[in-house]
Amino acid sequence: MNPPRTAWLFLTPALLVLGVFFLLPVIAALVLSLTDYDLYALANIHNLRFVALHNYWALLQRPLFWSALGHTVYFVAVGVPLSMGTSLGAALLLNSPLARCKPFFRTALFAPVVTTVVAVAVIWRYLFNTKYGMANFVLSHLGIHPLDWLGDPHWAMPTIILFAVWKNFGYNMIIFLAGLQAVPPDLYEAARIDGASAWRQFRHITLPMLGPTLLMVSILTVSGYFQLFAEPYVMTEGGPLQSTTSVLYLMYDEGFKWWNLGSASAVAFLLFLIMFAVTALMLKLARRGHDGEPA
Amino acid sequence: MNPRLAKALINGLLLGGAAVALFPLLWMLSVSFMQPGEASALPPPLLPAHATLGNYRELFVHAGMGRYLLNSLAVASTITVLSLACNLLAGYAFAKLRFAGRERLFQALIGALVIPAQVAMLPLFLLLKYLGLVNSYAGVIVPGMATVFGIFLVRQYARGIPDELLEAARIDGAGEWRIFGQIVLPLLKPIMVTLAIFSFLAAWNDFMWPLIVLTGQEHYTLPIGLASLAREHAQDSELMMAGSVITVLPVIVLFLAMQRYYLEGLLLGSVKG
Repeated sequence: MNPPRTAWLFLTPALLVLGVFFLLPVIAALVLSLTDYDLYALANIHNLRFVALHNYWALLQRPLFWSALGHTVYFVAVGVPLSMGTSLGAALLLNSPLARCKPFFRTALFAPVVTTVVAVAVIWRYLFNTKYGMANFVLSHLGIHPLDWLGDPHWAMPTIILFAVWKNFGYNMIIFLAGLQAVPPDLYEAARIDGASAWRQFRHITLPMLGPTLLMVSILTVSGYFQLFAEPYVMTEGGPLQSTTSVLYLMYDEGFKWWNLGSASAVAFLLFLIMFAVTALMLKLARRGHDGEPA
Repeated sequence: MNPRLAKALINGLLLGGAAVALFPLLWMLSVSFMQPGEASALPPPLLPAHATLGNYRELFVHAGMGRYLLNSLAVASTITVLSLACNLLAGYAFAKLRFAGRERLFQALIGALVIPAQVAMLPLFLLLKYLGLVNSYAGVIVPGMATVFGIFLVRQYARGIPDELLEAARIDGAGEWRIFGQIVLPLLKPIMVTLAIFSFLAAWNDFMWPLIVLTGQEHYTLPIGLASLAREHAQDSELMMAGSVITVLPVIVLFLAMQRYYLEGLLLGSVKG
């Protein structure tokens, strides 16, 4: 048996860092969100006033907050299914016994994941350039009029979604691939003998066996996509007409451009609450879906 | 379906997918060698007519890219080393050492994962301002010195170390630090490599926090420097592509060299338990 003192010595550095630089700021953020901390308070702390829930109340009445939330929800609602569908499709292809050069394809499909968002966003800005971009060049060959991808409020968010899917799908692909490889092959063998089609094998063997993985991946992906920031920062600066201003973008502007740290903290907490509620809802729905089935 | 057709279809789709995944990266490399203005043409050129290193020279000589590169290397390496030390110690303690409240404390840490890091950023900025660390390397490094994910990863791996091994060493009179240094660390080597790659890549690619805490150009890391260049030089595609190459190439090379460890860590980290 080790003396308990050693255990605490081993834990101290990590707990100190997490406590001082994460836990303490999180609690402080809650307090900060109940004050009117702004540029004046930054200059002199005596200007700070307690305003209770005023920041939250004011935010809920600001159209900009609702539109930022709307853009973020749009990004999550379209981006997550698209991204997970792509991941699952790629994983199924890679898992097929007919696929060749698997290590190469796996590496190639995964490569965008390790890249730096800012750098690849710069590339995409060029690919989707209205005048000289490759995307419009290809479209023009198909007889489609050029689009102002990042300059048109209707197209800017879809372009960012395409970018995010391209950048991220490889991550979940690897997780799905491991899940697929864990499905016992005799299940498929038995289904084939019974004459089940490829689609029915997918529907009745693959999907149920992947169930827990799918749930975990969707929760992690949803939380990740709610934190949209770097993509609009680099590709559109939140525009055009604020059509790509996400909740975190709003928090950044509010906090570090206008120095309304109280109000920005309220934005951060509202985002946290929304993410928490969505996660809880997903878990609840998943549990209900499993009623009667052994989980 | 005819098996030969199925085989062609599957491999064709994979080939198409790989092309879509790699094309932007390969094109970035190609455009980075083009003359200024060459890429703004129709049809978009695939290869440079007269390859030049001029964009790279411009970036290193006039745009301070060398400084950003060194900053990124220094910041990412320091975060990797320090977080490795903290996470290894704590992960091992959670896996193998006995103390009151161990499981509850670990559950609390895992529970903290639901809080997005951005919630902490505003007070963290004020705290670091108070400590005089805004616009310093330390300001970027300090919050990354320990991560719940890293502790979790080490704990999962360290649980596989047999207790008998540690008990035998204790009976032989070895102290806890010696056991950690001479028995545990060598056994944890694979997870150390995995965690080191993860930490380095995450630190290298991190954007929002360095953007907030670094206010002066002299401390910019590559992503921040590149983003600020991209706002000034929006039209200079060739220059921007060269900047992207400098930013992305180190992490791609690191990933290709250490792929096995990285993917193992990804799977280990995604298993909840």
